[in-house]
Amino acid sequence: MQPWPWYVSGPLIALVMFFLIFSGRNFGMSGNLRIMCAALSGDKACDFFRFDWKAQRWNLVFALGAILGGFVAAEFLSTDTSVAITEGTIEKLTQYGFTDGGAAYLPEQLFSIDSLSNPYTLLLLAIGGFLVGFGSRYAGGCTSGHAISGLSDLQLPSLIAVIGFFIGGLFMVHFLFPILF
Amino acid sequence: MFKSEAASWFRIFEMFQFNSFHMYGIIGSALATGVIGIQLIKRLKLKSFSGEKIIIPPKAKGWKNYLFGGILFGLGWGLAGACPGPIFTLIGAGFLPLILVLAFAVLGTFVYGILRPKLPH
Repeated sequence: MQPWPWYVSGPLIALVMFFLIFSGRNFGMSGNLRIMCAALSGDKACDFFRFDWKAQRWNLVFALGAILGGFVAAEFLSTDTSVAITEGTIEKLTQYGFTDGGAAYLPEQLFSIDSLSNPYTLLLLAIGGFLVGFGSRYAGGCTSGHAISGLSDLQLPSLIAVIGFFIGGLFMVHFLFPILF
Repeated sequence: MFKSEAASWFRIFEMFQFNSFHMYGIIGSALATGVIGIQLIKRLKLKSFSGEKIIIPPKAKGWKNYLFGGILFGLGWGLAGACPGPIFTLIGAGFLPLILVLAFAVLGTFVYGILRPKLPH
C-alpha cells in the first residue's frame, strides 16, 4: 500500500482531535510523558507530578493505540516503507553522511539496531529525546497540543510555542547538523 | 502517523529544509479542518458525546515558557526527528532505538518538573 497523501492524513489528525474533544478530553501526546513520570513515583520528587494521573489513564491507552497503529501500518499496510523525499533533500543528507535518503523510513545511521553499539549515536538519541521531553513540558505541549489543538483554537500561546518549535528545529538542522554530523 | 510519513525522520529534516510541501500539507490541512471544526463547536454550542457542554481550556497567558520551551523542543524534534506521538508509533513499527528516545523524553520531563520553580515562565 502506498503512503497516504497529506490531504488524507491532515484531516484525519483533526478528526482524532475532535473525537477526543467530544469525549470530554484533549489531544496532547506529551501529556503521557508527565503521566509516566507520575506513575513512576515522580510524585515523591516534586509537586509537578503530584496529580491524579489515574484520571488520565485514557491518554496512556491512546499512546498504546499509537504503538499498535505503528505496528499494524508497518507490518500489514506497507510493502516498501522508503520515504520519497526530494532530490535536494537527499543531496543535502549525503553531505552529512546519510546515505540512505529516499531508500528507508528512518536513517540507518541513527536508528538501526547496530547504531545502538555506537556511543556517539546513543548520545545523540538521548539528547534528542531529553530535549523533546524537557521542551514540550516547559512549553506546555508538543505538536499535538500546540501546533494542532492550540492553533485550531486560535490561541496565541500556541502560536508562540510553534514559532519556538521552528526556531529550534531550523537551528538544529542548519547550524548544528554541520557540527554534529 | 506512520502511513503519512509524519513519523519519518527524513520528512522532518526535509520540512526544516523547506524542500517539500508534504509536512506543511499535513499540518496545514489538519489545521484548516481543526479551525473550522472548533468554530462550529463554539458557534453551534455542540455538546459532547455524554451531553455535556464542551469547554476548551485556554492556555495560560505569558510567552517565556512557550518560546524557550518551544525552542528546546524544536532542537530535539530536529535531532531525533520525532515528536512524542511518532515516538510511540515508531516503537510499534519496530524501531527499537526509539525506546531510548522515549526513556530520555520521560527523563527530560522529570528534570523539567524538578527545575520548574527556577525557570522563567
